[in-house]
Amino acid sequence: MTITRRTLLAGSLAGASLPLVTPLRHARAQAANTIRIGVLNDQSGLYRDLTGPGSTQAVRLAVQESGVTTRGINVEVAEADHQNKPDVGSTVVRQWLDRDGFDVIVDVPTSSVALAVNTLVRERNKVFLCSGAATSDLTGSACSPNTIHWTYDTWMLARGTGGAMVAAGGRTWFFITADYAFGHALERDVSNFVRAAGGEVLGSVRTPFPGTTDFSSFLVQAQRSRAQVIGLANAGGDTINSIKQAAEFGITRRGQRVAGLLVFISDVHALGLQTAQGLVLTATFYWDLNDNTREFTRRLGRMPNDVRPSMIHAGCYSAVLHYLKAVEAMGVAAAKASGVATVERMKAMETDDICFGKGTIRADGRKIHPAYLFEVKSPQESRYPWDYYKLLQTIPADQAFRPITEGGCPLVRT
Amino acid sequence: MSDLWYDLEAFLQQGTLGLVNGAFYAILSLGLAVIFGMLNVVNFAHGAQFMLGAFVAWMLLNWAGIGYWAALVVAPLIVGLLGVLIERTMIARLYKLDHLYGLLLTFGLALIIEGLVRNAFGSSGLPYRVPEAFRIPPVDLGYMLMPAYRFWIVVVSLIVCLGTWFAIEKTKLGSYLRAAVEKPQLVQAFGVNVPLMMTATYGAGVALAAFAGVLAAPVYSVNPAMGANFIIIVFAVVVIGGMGSILGSIVTGYILGVIEGFTRVYYPEASATVVFVIMAIVLLVRPTGLFGRA
Repeated sequence: MTITRRTLLAGSLAGASLPLVTPLRHARAQAANTIRIGVLNDQSGLYRDLTGPGSTQAVRLAVQESGVTTRGINVEVAEADHQNKPDVGSTVVRQWLDRDGFDVIVDVPTSSVALAVNTLVRERNKVFLCSGAATSDLTGSACSPNTIHWTYDTWMLARGTGGAMVAAGGRTWFFITADYAFGHALERDVSNFVRAAGGEVLGSVRTPFPGTTDFSSFLVQAQRSRAQVIGLANAGGDTINSIKQAAEFGITRRGQRVAGLLVFISDVHALGLQTAQGLVLTATFYWDLNDNTREFTRRLGRMPNDVRPSMIHAGCYSAVLHYLKAVEAMGVAAAKASGVATVERMKAMETDDICFGKGTIRADGRKIHPAYLFEVKSPQESRYPWDYYKLLQTIPADQAFRPITEGGCPLVRT
Repeated sequence: MSDLWYDLEAFLQQGTLGLVNGAFYAILSLGLAVIFGMLNVVNFAHGAQFMLGAFVAWMLLNWAGIGYWAALVVAPLIVGLLGVLIERTMIARLYKLDHLYGLLLTFGLALIIEGLVRNAFGSSGLPYRVPEAFRIPPVDLGYMLMPAYRFWIVVVSLIVCLGTWFAIEKTKLGSYLRAAVEKPQLVQAFGVNVPLMMTATYGAGVALAAFAGVLAAPVYSVNPAMGANFIIIVFAVVVIGGMGSILGSIVTGYILGVIEGFTRVYYPEASATVVFVIMAIVLLVRPTGLFGRA
């Protein structure tokens, strides 16, 4: 038999959809004093290094350091890959919550997936501790009494990097935006900032997600706009490719500035300091920020591929640590019975850990802590491996996140 | 500046950039077409082999101090040899079976290779700088500034594509190859070592993919998924061009790169799907592809 076009096409389709099979560790019989934690994130795609197995490692560290297991509470941690697809993520979460009796979903980068998980968890009255996703809608129009948005969000990024760019004289903007919930939210939040500061948004271009490798066409369009700042409303591999190609096209040499609105430490590592130097970025955690963050990095131990923890990893640790404190305070049975009650309890307690210091959780589900504006060092300034950032400015906790009255969260009584 | 010139400028810019992407599509689909034409194997590992080319270039630079120019030769050789090994130990056993087995095998290989690289290097990728000779300011074309390295990609891909086409269509070795595709037993009876030729062809096709990978390393992020992003589009290119047609896959590669470039201006959200829309239309109108024979 010779191969036909039809079999080739069938093969292509299979190739596009085959990696859907997700290994799941099945939980055994329900136990009344067992808390089940599901870490859901990107284990194989462009967000793997900044979430992925490192988040699970951070969650396990939190479980261990909470000490609850020595006081008679069993904790089980499972992980799964959502492949940045809302349908895959929803299927996993349904199985975890409906069949396997999970109590809390942790991490979930990729805003489109996080918004889907947000709804599922609320319907089932469980708990969602979101560290990985960025969209500020999670504490705005989509806020839920079952969800805490832990680490960062698009408003904070807009306030940090966007604010710094505007303050430095960047009044006209053009956006290169990943075409899904996260990119849209980030573009919206930064645009609001730019306009409020008297600046102007000249245009934007939406890039297919995932699967865009070549950003040169989009960069050239941004160049044509003659905007002073090209805002990259994307993340992970997309940001790496955009910045690498912007450097190649000499965009910064012609007076335009490139603003990576969400840049992770793994992105800087992948770009190399030669290309990344001078980038301004906002984060709520940097492994080398102070003695506490260095201590966290040491305790976490060797990470997959020797990366240093991202703020998302730190957020997973911090969130689970606080969650287990609340569970212990209210009792496992009560915690398992009601996600809303557990989150209420978490909101009532002050947070405190070595990654973010002391903090609070607001009524809309927003975890509050300081944010930091960093600049990427030059190769000459970097003295040891992963010595990448210098601190430009600390944004105090009460200014780092969107004021609670402006998000439009129905949970907030105005 | 008039509106017309403004539009024309955008048109020229995206056409030029599209040629660069088209250069990658052309080299990759050419390799696929060669392998398919000769071995009747749909090489789903092609994207992974492209990615391996880029990673081997990185390893050569960082572990052995071997720079870009040498890597352009050495990396395809190494990955090509790996291809030879794969053909001898695995693919050669499947020639007598249904061709779907070859497809499944190479697809499985692609997943394994990508997984291994991801485990070893992570998903963010590795830095690989534009070679020293091209670290000059972008060239002013009048309608845009074009990095010198991207010119090099277009030029070298044209040379490689035309060279391969010439070798297959116009040389004696090429005529043996084409004869062996039609009547392998007869050609073997004339004393030509057909199995060896098949092995060499697969190795050469894989080396072409790795060559494209080295070319891509300085412009795209060197990461485990870089091939997977390309390969599905490249399969569409092969289908549009006509299965197994060498010239068809080259020409279609460049044309689709340019069309994709235009889409990125006029309807950017569709730029990832436009190739498949064209594929569907071509299949309806010309089921054998633009250059294929029934």
